[in-house]
Amino acid sequence: MSTPTVEKHSAALDAAEADGTQLITVTLRIRRFNPEEHPDPVWVDYQLQMDPKERVLDALNKVKWEQDGTLTYRRSCAHGICGSDAMRINGRNRLACKTLLKDVNPEKPITIEAIKGLAVLKDLIVDMDPFFQAYKDVMPFLITKGNEPTRERLQSQEDRERFDDTTKCILCAACTSSCPVFWNDGQYFGPAAIVNAHRFIFDSRDEGAEQRLEILNDRDGVWRCRTTFNCSEACPRGIEVTKAIQEVKRALVTRRF
Amino acid sequence: MQIHQYDTVIVGAGGAGMRAAIESTQRGRTAVLTKLYPTRSHTGAAQGGMCAALANVEEDNWEWHTFDTVKGGDYLVDQDAAEIMCKEAIDAVLDLEKMGLPFSRTDQGRIDQRRFGGHSRNHGEAPVRRSCYAADRTGHMILQTLFQNCVKHGVEFFNEFYVLDLLMNEGKTAGVVAYELATGEIHVFQAKAVVFASGGTGKMFKVTSNAHTLTGDGQAVAYRRGLPLEDMEFFQFHPTGIWRMGILLTEGARGEGGILRNKDGERFMERYAPVMKDLASRDVCSRAIYSEIREGRGCGPDGDHVYLDLTHLPPEQLDAKLPDITEFARTYLGIEPYTDPIPIQPTAHYGMGGIPTNVEGEVLRNNTDIVPGLYAAGEVACVSVHGANRLGTNSLLDINVFGRRAGIAAAEYADNHDYVELPADPGKLVQDLVDGLRESTGTESVSQIRKELQESMDTNASVYRTGDTLKQAVADIAGLRERYKNVAIQDKGMRYNTDLLEAVELGNLLDLAEVLVVSALAREESRGGHFREDFPKRDDVKFMQHTMAYQEVAEDGTTSIRLDYKPVVQTRYQPMERKY
Repeated sequence: MSTPTVEKHSAALDAAEADGTQLITVTLRIRRFNPEEHPDPVWVDYQLQMDPKERVLDALNKVKWEQDGTLTYRRSCAHGICGSDAMRINGRNRLACKTLLKDVNPEKPITIEAIKGLAVLKDLIVDMDPFFQAYKDVMPFLITKGNEPTRERLQSQEDRERFDDTTKCILCAACTSSCPVFWNDGQYFGPAAIVNAHRFIFDSRDEGAEQRLEILNDRDGVWRCRTTFNCSEACPRGIEVTKAIQEVKRALVTRRF
Repeated sequence: MQIHQYDTVIVGAGGAGMRAAIESTQRGRTAVLTKLYPTRSHTGAAQGGMCAALANVEEDNWEWHTFDTVKGGDYLVDQDAAEIMCKEAIDAVLDLEKMGLPFSRTDQGRIDQRRFGGHSRNHGEAPVRRSCYAADRTGHMILQTLFQNCVKHGVEFFNEFYVLDLLMNEGKTAGVVAYELATGEIHVFQAKAVVFASGGTGKMFKVTSNAHTLTGDGQAVAYRRGLPLEDMEFFQFHPTGIWRMGILLTEGARGEGGILRNKDGERFMERYAPVMKDLASRDVCSRAIYSEIREGRGCGPDGDHVYLDLTHLPPEQLDAKLPDITEFARTYLGIEPYTDPIPIQPTAHYGMGGIPTNVEGEVLRNNTDIVPGLYAAGEVACVSVHGANRLGTNSLLDINVFGRRAGIAAAEYADNHDYVELPADPGKLVQDLVDGLRESTGTESVSQIRKELQESMDTNASVYRTGDTLKQAVADIAGLRERYKNVAIQDKGMRYNTDLLEAVELGNLLDLAEVLVVSALAREESRGGHFREDFPKRDDVKFMQHTMAYQEVAEDGTTSIRLDYKPVVQTRYQPMERKY
């Protein structure tokens, strides 16, 4: 039995199915840095013909593959899952693979630079080690006591929902490198580490919350957060990062989680 | 050049590599060499779930799962390996839960399960709820959970280290050679045991669900050192990639009730698979989609795609069960899946073939003998549990079951053996490779050759193949390989030279694409993911055997491919006609 349901097309579907031959001229204004060649960064413009529905990553690839092979950035999955290509696009942290050209005003030059607060190593590549160190410092793994059950641990749907938002983190560093506190003090754990602590503190199966809260009670812990919401705006996964940090602060005060 | 010594070296930090590392780190000194930060690996892009006969929501058992796996693989599966995988699946899922994986839950708080393509109750009676999942982010959760446990166990990672050579001495494993992206330095890792877990090779195709980084590096390295590659002609095209982009939309969408429709709105899978319908196996669905398109029932102005229709499902269900793929439709197509169907087409997704191993993960040098100290697991390997067509969710299962097995076996081997002496000048091949590319004054560009390779593969070696299209691909690749000798790069620096590595990766893709099409040309039958229009029937008399492809190097340095065949291991299932 067939049920025709697609008789009427929405304008959005028609637009999605339209042929992508409407190319426009796009200028990428990229902050290049290669200490092998020059000690200072320099802004370089690249002009290219693109379909506005393509990704910023597609434009970077086109530059690298057709104009300048020395342009250097990290990328892998190209659809917002692996977290490789966080960068500052028009002054805001985004994933290049999840940002379409049409959404960043391609009539004007699109500025692209490395994320802030982490040392730039070459072009758009930053040193991720401090970022991952902060993550490791919050003990981002399930901590349990006693004997393991033979089957799975039970968890109600409500308990599972309690920490769902923070399980989405892909460790791209868009949040941490958008945080003005982190820019000024690299020793601050930063939002991403706190998000990953939250993911375990509020997991009903976990018994390590007290230890993690003590770590985050440190002078470089959650109390440095000034609630500017940059992190929430930057998160490409839509995690309510600032809310998660507030919940950790509250747990520190009430010791309830 | 730096020289390091580890008991076990693992190449790759996706699901298989990290699962192996968790085991081997607890048993001996282990290094994980990975070209990406571990959490960037493509395991994270898997969506729909990991099947195991937990029977949490309805009756099920691992024997039914084994049957489905063998049938799904069109009887090219080694049945002893499939039995092990499906039996150990249950503990593999429970282990992940104990490691902290946040599975979606039933009302009773147990791990929830949903339907998936080709997974059935009682040998094909009806779809069964077997896939354990975490919304449509199961791969992400597996990757994160394994990384978290690597942190817990103090696994030592060498991030952004590209393994470009395998070292052997008198047929035994001696170590690997890696290129450090940050500095351009060559590192030799002497190891008692080496585990390849470096993933697949989907970037030889244009429309693919695969990451830019999936360039078959591990397979190419082993192949050039004289080891065979098994069943490379079997490549899976996932039915539902976003039209033209290839981004994966999980089969779980159909498991939740999604329907494939042509331009007339018809649920066309009813004609191709009366029982399983939209949940027939992936090769069957992909061929059906292209048949619809070829017969003029495709959608859009050019009739070159069909629809994945989720509009009849409640928005709450989409939000809870399929949040990521509905967001992809919004982000990349600008459409609302609550109300619009999603334009899709088959997308190159997964290589069933790879480095041949036995069920302990030991790499085979021919049909019967192993390479002492060498292991492989995951998409890079061919056990073979997927045969001619992998069932959905069985890749996440494969990496967990055989990643664990390879990690344990490698560490135990290392515990009982000494280091094999490094061959003379161990870094030479890699040094020559990168020096040659840096110093080349050629005129060919990496991106142009790669683009032509991908276009030829999409045109000639995709869902439908014929002798003529495959011969065209063989000729195209031969021409591209010739031009590749004259390739040059622009970045001559030492620091983060991704230009150089893209050139190396292209060399890997070219070698592996050649193996794929030569193996496919020789297989004059249709089986699973390999469909020959000039030989549309399965031929169990001539071809119920695995292809084993070897690189032969002539005295003047020219290479050719020698094909051999290996029997399939059959235990309890006799081949039958495959219907869904």
